[in-house]
Amino acid sequence: MTGYIIRRMLGVIPVMMVVGIFVFSLLHLAPGDPAAIIAGDNATAESIAKIRSNLGLDRPLLEQFASWGLATLRGDLGVSIFTQIPVLTLVGQRVGATISLAATTMLVAVTIAVTLGVLAAWKAGSLLDRAVMGLAVTGFSVPVFVVGYILVYFVALQWRWLPVQGYVALSEGLWPWLRQLILPSIALGLAYVALIARITRASMLDVLAEDYIRTASAKGVATVPMLLRHALKNAAVPIVTVIGIGVALLISGVVITETVFNIPGVGRLVVDAISRRDYPVIQGVMIIFAGVYVLINLLVDISYSFFDPRIRYS
Amino acid sequence: MTQDTPATGAAVRDFLRRHPTMVIGASMLLFITLAALLAPWIARDPILLEPVNRLKPPSADFWLGTDSLGRDVYARMVYGARISLLVGLSVAVISILCGSVIGLLAGYFSKVDAVVMRLMDGIMAIPSILLAIALVALLGSSVQVVIIAIAIPEIPRVTRLVRAVVLSVRDLPYVEAARSNGTRVAKLLRRHVLPSTVAPLIVQATYICASAILTEAGLSFLGAGTPPEIPTWGNMIASSRVFLQIAPWTIFAPGICLALVVLAVNLLGDGLRDRLDPRISRRM
Repeated sequence: MTGYIIRRMLGVIPVMMVVGIFVFSLLHLAPGDPAAIIAGDNATAESIAKIRSNLGLDRPLLEQFASWGLATLRGDLGVSIFTQIPVLTLVGQRVGATISLAATTMLVAVTIAVTLGVLAAWKAGSLLDRAVMGLAVTGFSVPVFVVGYILVYFVALQWRWLPVQGYVALSEGLWPWLRQLILPSIALGLAYVALIARITRASMLDVLAEDYIRTASAKGVATVPMLLRHALKNAAVPIVTVIGIGVALLISGVVITETVFNIPGVGRLVVDAISRRDYPVIQGVMIIFAGVYVLINLLVDISYSFFDPRIRYS
Repeated sequence: MTQDTPATGAAVRDFLRRHPTMVIGASMLLFITLAALLAPWIARDPILLEPVNRLKPPSADFWLGTDSLGRDVYARMVYGARISLLVGLSVAVISILCGSVIGLLAGYFSKVDAVVMRLMDGIMAIPSILLAIALVALLGSSVQVVIIAIAIPEIPRVTRLVRAVVLSVRDLPYVEAARSNGTRVAKLLRRHVLPSTVAPLIVQATYICASAILTEAGLSFLGAGTPPEIPTWGNMIASSRVFLQIAPWTIFAPGICLALVVLAVNLLGDGLRDRLDPRISRRM
């Protein structure tokens, strides 16, 4: 087990190296001079030359990559060209909003999705099952900004139940914080609910067909403990896997949701940085997002043996 | 002839009954495709500015109202379908082609495999929408760039799928037999391995198409997609955001249309999966 975890952790290194090479080459893949791209359309020759020497763009490519890679490893993601503030500080200022949004979305989505999936599998073929599956296909088809604007229009603008947009930090109080996050979490979570509910149902159907479930029912185990303790735990591996894969979906959704609801998070930061061609910020945020994705999927892989002790890592 | 008709009718009814999702999805798509192709005949000019008619609600003149510049929302919506369908289809074709070639080679040659799959893992770790926005920002915004930018992050998913199929058939007796007969590798892959990948790839292509349409709309919405002067559903929503309260039709019309197209493609995909792989159909 320990051996497996160590090997799996070492496996992160080549993946993150590929990410690093990719993110680094973004700037150099572009046709034309990177310094001129960063400087923008109305730049003078001097300002282009200044950017070039500031960013070390006049040094050999391999040397640039090596120094950028080493700095990134040390946790130094460079300084924003636009604001002259270190990228890590910028991310730090905004990470609270993004984590709040992602965490509430994930919590709400996983709870709803697993409940719906278990119910649908339990009553397979019923009206409830069809309704859940219908919701799953629809939820996967409606873009997050469309759900977002429909919610804002009705719940916030017409009925005035919740605020239209914005973000309040948790330090200002639990309800003010939560109130701002309800609509964004629903909008962002819908696709995630669809994905997880579908897999939960499929995995539960497989498990419910097993002999030991029949034995448990024959012995008189009540329905709820049977569904949860006997079936759901054994159906967990595919569900946990898809929760991990869905993190990618969540990250892409966060970027759009923060724009719809005007939440000052990391997603907004990177979208603004892209329109300003602020490369250190773009590169830094991409590395951070990729790192989070890889880390969560590492945890998912390691969690398999907890849910299914038959899984041995050799 | 006369004898055939009832039998054919029964067969069609039977198909409808057994694959309702596929039929519903395909008919919706057909309808939208026709509307997109016939756009110049069924809608007026989508970029004509009529400032007198700013933010008019839906009426007999403007079926879905007008936007903040007095442009016909219905016309823009019909023309917008062209871009969505073009992007969805092109991304599906490009990513399936590239992904299949890479997947075939990775699955068959274990030396290629180790390197290529690490590369694919790396690409998958980068959030696809960020990668796409960055590529569009670098290469300049045009429909072609958007298509390539959306296709690149989809390639690893196809590669993984094809590679898995190749690994499962590579050492089966019929492939072994062809190999020992001296069949050249290219022919071996094309004639004996590739056919097994077709069914899962068709299903995958529909899902890629759906996700590409969503991503294109997302990119345009963020202002990093197709140039704003081209009418696309994402651009329409982006330019009308601030008018949500006074002119909700400018956002809801393209939004609902977008959801319907993606729903149609997803239904078609689910139907095809049921038809091509009956083992999973019971469960999903």
